[in-house]
Amino acid sequence: MNNSLLTVNNLVKRFDISGGFLEQLSLDNGRLVRKHTIVKALNDVSFVISSGETFSVVGESGCGKSTLARTILGLYPPESGEIYYGTERIDNLTSNKMLPYRSKMQMIFQDPYASLNPRKTVQQTLEEPVLFHNKSISNKEASERISEVMMQVGIDPLWVGRYPHEFSGGQRQRISIARALMVDPEFIVADEPVSALDVSIQAQILNLLMDAQEKRGLTYMFITHDLSVVEHISTRVAVMYLGVLCELAPAKELFSSPKHPYTQALLSAIPRVGEKRPRHIKLRGEVPTPINLPSGCVFNGRCPYVKDICTREKPELRKVGNDHFISCFL
Amino acid sequence: MDTLLKVKDLEVKFALRFGDLTAINGISFSLNKGERLGLVGESGAGKSVAGFAIINLLSKPGYISEGEVIFNGRNMNRLSGEEMRDIRGNEISMIFQDPMMTLNPVLTVGTQMVETLLAHKRLNRMEAEKIALEKLEKVQIPSPKKRLKQYPHEFSGGMRQRIVIAIALITNPSLIIADEPTTALDVTIQADIMDLLLSLCESEDMSLILITHDLSVVSQVTEKIIVMYAGKIVETGPTDLVLREPLHPYTQGLLKALPGSLQPGSRLNQIPGVMPTLTDIPLGCAFHPRCERRDTICEVETPDLINVDSHDRMVACHMLGR
Repeated sequence: MNNSLLTVNNLVKRFDISGGFLEQLSLDNGRLVRKHTIVKALNDVSFVISSGETFSVVGESGCGKSTLARTILGLYPPESGEIYYGTERIDNLTSNKMLPYRSKMQMIFQDPYASLNPRKTVQQTLEEPVLFHNKSISNKEASERISEVMMQVGIDPLWVGRYPHEFSGGQRQRISIARALMVDPEFIVADEPVSALDVSIQAQILNLLMDAQEKRGLTYMFITHDLSVVEHISTRVAVMYLGVLCELAPAKELFSSPKHPYTQALLSAIPRVGEKRPRHIKLRGEVPTPINLPSGCVFNGRCPYVKDICTREKPELRKVGNDHFISCFL
Repeated sequence: MDTLLKVKDLEVKFALRFGDLTAINGISFSLNKGERLGLVGESGAGKSVAGFAIINLLSKPGYISEGEVIFNGRNMNRLSGEEMRDIRGNEISMIFQDPMMTLNPVLTVGTQMVETLLAHKRLNRMEAEKIALEKLEKVQIPSPKKRLKQYPHEFSGGMRQRIVIAIALITNPSLIIADEPTTALDVTIQADIMDLLLSLCESEDMSLILITHDLSVVSQVTEKIIVMYAGKIVETGPTDLVLREPLHPYTQGLLKALPGSLQPGSRLNQIPGVMPTLTDIPLGCAFHPRCERRDTICEVETPDLINVDSHDRMVACHMLGR
């Protein structure tokens, strides 16, 4: 693919959770030692997002999908690796140089109750990003923009003076989408945008996101654990497990013929209407903590097909089909 | 089949400063021994309140204003607090959504299990611990002996929910009410927990009321379904039949709004608007402002829940058959 919008190369992110100096000290065989506890949230993640597609990242809680989103947007500094927006490297820019990219990349969060400031009216919430990124814009122009975007997301522009608590959950999520759209972004990262909503409202928001993509030619990176939503809206899907990319494939192919054993187990666990009982692939044990990653393949302790090599070597992401990649020795 | 639980014209109100709010507006259903029932609806439909009302756990300002709940031939509204405590947690157990909130963080899992048993049964500690161990094995917790001495924070989310299930099972109840038991869990763990709950119901001949918003989970686990909207039952019947051929426009809308049945990338069928809040439930059928098939009668007259076929299927809609 030549029209790549975002390129991520060997991204690594670690969090030091050892706490203060005294908390790091412990006794080991009668000797005082200082220990660091490191969470390995992202381990060597690489992929390319092309312009105009919906790239979904799925995985269970703690697999690093939200960390990935935040690292890409520059909310967390990466330990190593590179992030390119178009051809420009953006992970090492100063905050001043990063500014123009911040208006091109926007984020929508999961909980519309927590992501809107309860003390700001819709007007204040929506005008803030425009006034910040475009200092020369007049108040009148800003107001016009606000009405236009509010209409687009299906909120009556007459309600600009209202506060978030006066809206329902679905309407609040519409307002957070409007806030992201205010600065005319090209790339939107949506972190679980419909997980907190009821089914009938979820459909409304997903339709809105698809409409906005069509009208504005947006590129989405969609983070979610809801696999039936992913199947419906994605162009390509990346499956993560313990901070590692296990499988990357076009959505249709991934759901019809998953190759990685973890993807197979994950997809088999999606409950479907019409099924008489759960018929999923049962995995042994539990997800290990990202503090003590298993050696070799991170999935080896739970994999039904584990071989000798899986505990010794780390599998590289390799091509198994047209645009279909897995990191597995099988 | 024997009826285990019968709910008749149950009405629950919340007494607030500006007047009473009706959270549940006259629901009736019955549950047989060993039967599994799914109670579905969106947030605010009254499904959790119904669960609490059945075991008389409504806290103020909520109260049962009308109707009765009959469990095993006993009218629960007439029982004293003492008698009620004998049923609650003993013959009827409840499982809640968040296992971290239901378990006491400062007591070991073993202590919490033994405590429950001793509150209801005449046993000594040794016997109680033996039963606790058996139940942990039953919910497939590895090395149960060691786990009994551990605290809730030492378990993962899925394991914690298994412990909550073990505690619910410990008195051999005949009915379990599970309120969104897997909503906080990942899909692979959700599948494990649902599988466990289903096989336990079958092996112990327990009845289950599963309260959830997830139609696909209801499809996998239950035999009977109740769909609630704004405090009323809009449709009920055998789960597979209702989900295959829904008759109420709301049930139809919910099923159609699910991604998965459509061509990927196409627009989902959405139900316009939102469910009304309890303070402004519209006149007539509560669903009419969002309904495509509404007529003038829907705006003035509340439809009754009527039998539509021989399969115990009931629907509350004026437009049925028109």
